[in-house]
Amino acid sequence: MAMSKEWKTENEDGSITVRTSAWSPPGDHPVGYGMKLTVKGGKLIKVEGDEEHPISQGRLCVRNLTLADYVHHPSRILTPMKRKLEDRGKNKWTKISWDEAWDIIVPKIKEFKEKHGAESIIVFGGTGRQACIYYYPLGFASIGTPNVCYPLSGWSCYGPRCSITDYVLGAGYPEIDYAGFYEDRYDDPRFTLPELIVEWGKNALYSNPDGFFGHALIDMMKRGTKMIHIDPRITWLGTRCEEVCQLRPGTDSALGLGFLNVIINEELYDKDFVENWTYGFDELKERVQEYSPEKVAGITWVPADQIRRCARRMATAKPCSIQWGLATDENPNGVQMGHAILSLMAITGNLDVPGGVTIGPPAALLGKWRVETRRNLSEELWEKRIGAAEWPALSTAMATTHPDETLDTLESGKPYKLRMGWFNSSNFITPTCSAQPDRWYHALKSLEFNVVQDIFMTPTAMAFGDIFLPVSTFAEQDGVVVTHFGRNAVTLGPINEALRVGDTKSDIEVCIELGKKLHPDMWDYKDVPDFFTQQLEPELGVNFDKLREMGVFQPKYIYKKYEKGLLRGDGEPGFNTVTGMVELSSTLFEAWGDDALPYFKEPPYSPISTPELFKEYPLILTTGARKVTSFHSEHRQIAVLREIDPDPEVELHPSTAKTLGINHGDWVLLENMFGKAKLRAKVTPTIHPKVVHATHGWWFPEKDAEEPSLFGVWQSNINTLVPHKHIGKLGFGCPMKQMICKASRLDSFDSYNIEV
Amino acid sequence: MSEKETKNGLLIHYQWCTGCHACEVAIKKILNLPVGKHGIKMLEHGPWEVTPGKFEWDYLPVPTQLVGSNPELAPGEDVKFAVKHCNAKCMEYGPLDELAKKAAELGNRVAIFTV
Repeated sequence: MAMSKEWKTENEDGSITVRTSAWSPPGDHPVGYGMKLTVKGGKLIKVEGDEEHPISQGRLCVRNLTLADYVHHPSRILTPMKRKLEDRGKNKWTKISWDEAWDIIVPKIKEFKEKHGAESIIVFGGTGRQACIYYYPLGFASIGTPNVCYPLSGWSCYGPRCSITDYVLGAGYPEIDYAGFYEDRYDDPRFTLPELIVEWGKNALYSNPDGFFGHALIDMMKRGTKMIHIDPRITWLGTRCEEVCQLRPGTDSALGLGFLNVIINEELYDKDFVENWTYGFDELKERVQEYSPEKVAGITWVPADQIRRCARRMATAKPCSIQWGLATDENPNGVQMGHAILSLMAITGNLDVPGGVTIGPPAALLGKWRVETRRNLSEELWEKRIGAAEWPALSTAMATTHPDETLDTLESGKPYKLRMGWFNSSNFITPTCSAQPDRWYHALKSLEFNVVQDIFMTPTAMAFGDIFLPVSTFAEQDGVVVTHFGRNAVTLGPINEALRVGDTKSDIEVCIELGKKLHPDMWDYKDVPDFFTQQLEPELGVNFDKLREMGVFQPKYIYKKYEKGLLRGDGEPGFNTVTGMVELSSTLFEAWGDDALPYFKEPPYSPISTPELFKEYPLILTTGARKVTSFHSEHRQIAVLREIDPDPEVELHPSTAKTLGINHGDWVLLENMFGKAKLRAKVTPTIHPKVVHATHGWWFPEKDAEEPSLFGVWQSNINTLVPHKHIGKLGFGCPMKQMICKASRLDSFDSYNIEV
Repeated sequence: MSEKETKNGLLIHYQWCTGCHACEVAIKKILNLPVGKHGIKMLEHGPWEVTPGKFEWDYLPVPTQLVGSNPELAPGEDVKFAVKHCNAKCMEYGPLDELAKKAAELGNRVAIFTV
């Protein structure tokens, strides 16, 4: 299904229709939905899906359907602004031009560098928006600092899974084969429909994780794929699955080891693959003897017979694919969970086969440039990266600081004082990508000068911004969107500018403009299309204009790359790991001081690890399941979406709610030894009586903007209940999905005010 | 009754409706409807436990009397716009007799609305 060549057409009524691929902002992961945007008189007058797009096929999520409401929202910030240092937290902004903004920013950066070294400047990035590609070069090559920070404790989003895959498989991100590489999709003869998909700690329907188009699961189920869901909640998807393993939050690695126990002891594994392509099988076999289904049932709440049934199904279904979720990252025991899941994919013979688990090449598409921008930093400066020396397992795969060490540095001024912050699309004092955002809030006050790049005034911008730089939406920029951030590129699509509202700039425009002022040798690009042409041509042989005409680029996929010498730099068969094999026993984990094999460790706070505290806080708290109506902290000001999901929500089992005197729709106070949050009760039998689930990302654009309110950011801030630096041995993972808390009924939202 | 009302319908194979709200928001946009008004409203039934561990839980988009309320659109254009954006591809617009045949083939959890 080739797309028509024209990507921009003029209509009879004088309007212009531009074909584009959606990314963000406004947010979604890089799915690259095919879209058609019609513009007249500087307004988006029609937003619709593009039927020619091979993946989305005309379909759109509600966040994209309301794109015009977002682009033309009256409270959007459309010009740069400045504010006096003493007015932080107050709504006292002055509009300025971009030139005035640069005239303030550039001398400040130079001054900090001269007086305190470039490392005194730190760039903060958020989750999933385009900025998460560009905030690294912004830091390394535009500003020239080694300190780029993704502030979520234990780097608990995507990074751990990518790093584990790097160390265990020596490959890019593992994803379900959903025939995304083929123009004719599921009908392509090279593709085999998965007989079984295991959805583990994930609900792709509503999150489109990392660019995977979630409803591909429905496409495949309609064709006959069966599913197993592993989740503490029975979700709607769970009701369409053949099994749901409703496990105790945070016990996933035990469950994984239980499955491995059954598959290995019953000799259901792929003997050829294990013999030829894995390292450490005998050690793994010995390890899993400690995890009998009966023992695992006691840990996880999943019955032993169900563990056996599901394990046998995973081993015998051909092909079987497993999709691992954020629950792998948001767990201090998550490295071991991920290792167990990769081991399951490998020993069942489902890696890199049609309808199994696809793996990307070791280097990310478009990743070369991002790595190369580090050239701008001297070795001496690079070594000053916060927490890099202390946490080699994190800093080897991730080019950032260690997030928890960064908060410690802000609080202690050690090993040196951070003085300037640049917040690039990161609103992390709302409950998004930080644990204990209240602690970050107090610590960040020590920064002497801050730049915030965003679309709307957020609690984070209101608290800290000295300069506000307005970002354009994806409707207003040229760019590219590549699934899985290039680590397993299923599609690559052009983002085409359809209109421009106000005086806004895209992230890459800001990188180039600032870069040309401070490090011009790193930014030898005429303009944005030229920048993309220089990235695309060497790798794909197409320039940006050609990509616009193609509409979407689907890289060719080659199965069984490990047999063909396509995974290793030396061209030899095998995997790009230390041993050249899939490391069921990890050389690197051991070298970095952890166990070479997967193991289960109790969550830091749980009925087992902290029984006394659990008497006071007798509920297990899990957070972060997504709603279709928002992308993390975005969209709370979009009325049509807020109509669907007006309030933060806590799910409670009817028996739990009854004991606590809570009715459906009541406001509830959740609290533990670290923090408090108010959410509206959703009483549902699909959650375990001992577990509650709370939604994240909440702030209230309609509430008082100024401190101490900051748009009510502390009232429903679920991340205040999650502690700082309760991370795994290798520096990854935090207990965002397995805390403890208690719940009580409130008379109303306003009957209780939370202060930090 | 006009000809279009008697002949066309909207089929929902709600076995696969994931509750994504795309139809609801798409038709709201093409009909220029404000908050509080809908061309299609997605209803939720359940979840309730049928037998231990097995739940009844369905989403069902229901067309309202505001379907066809935008005079600038061709008949059926608003419903087609909703159908096109359905993430699960579980909706179909067409002649009622054809939809009835399709419903029989699809089996359980199918509804047909006249629109």
